[in-house]
Amino acid sequence: MSPMALAALQTQLKNFVQSMFDKGVLDSQFGQIQALQDSSNPNFVDEVITLFCSDAERIITELNRYLGYQNVDLSKLDSYVHQLKGSSSSIGAHRLKLACVNLRQASDDRNKEGCARALNLITSEYCLLRSKFQTLIQLERSIIALETNQQ
Amino acid sequence: MSSFPPSLLPFPRFPSSSSFLGVEITSLTIMGVASEYQFHVLAVDDSLIDRKLIERLLKTSSYHVTAVDSGSKALEFLGLNNSDEDEQRNSNPVSVAPDDDQHHQQVAVNLIITDYCMPGMTGYDLLRKIKESSSFKDIPVVIMSSENIPSRINRCLEDGAEEFFLKPVQLSDVNKLRPHLMKGRSKEMQPNVNKRKGMEEIHSPDRTRTRYNELEVV
Repeated sequence: MSPMALAALQTQLKNFVQSMFDKGVLDSQFGQIQALQDSSNPNFVDEVITLFCSDAERIITELNRYLGYQNVDLSKLDSYVHQLKGSSSSIGAHRLKLACVNLRQASDDRNKEGCARALNLITSEYCLLRSKFQTLIQLERSIIALETNQQ
Repeated sequence: MSSFPPSLLPFPRFPSSSSFLGVEITSLTIMGVASEYQFHVLAVDDSLIDRKLIERLLKTSSYHVTAVDSGSKALEFLGLNNSDEDEQRNSNPVSVAPDDDQHHQQVAVNLIITDYCMPGMTGYDLLRKIKESSSFKDIPVVIMSSENIPSRINRCLEDGAEEFFLKPVQLSDVNKLRPHLMKGRSKEMQPNVNKRKGMEEIHSPDRTRTRYNELEVV
């Protein structure tokens, strides 16, 4: 197993994350999370991403379901939006966080159509993020596998 | 020797070798325990991700961490079960049997860090309950929030919170905890502040004074 393969993967990961920073999909908070990963916690990033995605999916599903009803009390969305915004902020999911702010605004304006549009944006931002996170996780796991083989 | 400050643990000089050895072991034991003792932080947050993050941040700083998802679980962990009668009953842990299984009252908490916005009991409510408790009011409390609302921040600080961190919490924020923990530590060395069984046997100044007094007689 050549050390070059490992270095190549590490560079690939670094560039991939950088492109997410450049597009505003992630912000510096994600860098903070990466910095918390070390040899004693080699799967930390993986674990945080996994937790985030399952939480986000739960909330987005619930939001979509709720907005599908006839008579909705838009203020009931607030707690969900707050949670999703908080998680997004904690993991550094910048664009998704902004999409949450959008939804909160539409909800405050009691604008149901605006809420539907904002939720569509949240859903699409999340899907984009999840797909990129999946690539990221695959890279992380390949790196760990190579590092383990070389030990 | 009689005006011996309990918080300093100085090493007195002794003429006789046998008593010196006895004291040295005692002092080393005290210092050994003091340096091995890890600060224990109780983290409270309803968000799973935020709990994971704060736990990692705290462990990175070598703190022992217990993370719970609500204010009421935090109070339960401390042994403060939302009622004054329970506090009366639980406030003296010396009465707890040593082989009591996992009785959380035996575990000292040196700092509480809590989210502000939580369903049910907010971080502010938790802060008030801690500060109103005779057993726990000296535990430093830090509040975290994703929202930068000055009136909220001021109210928390005025009502006894040591710090207010904006989320997402950074390692640089966690570094600010140490002085509050150290302050709590030196308070523990003084009498009548924290009545925890294990610590009392070693750190009670009366006990320390008694040892040195015995040796003086020699």
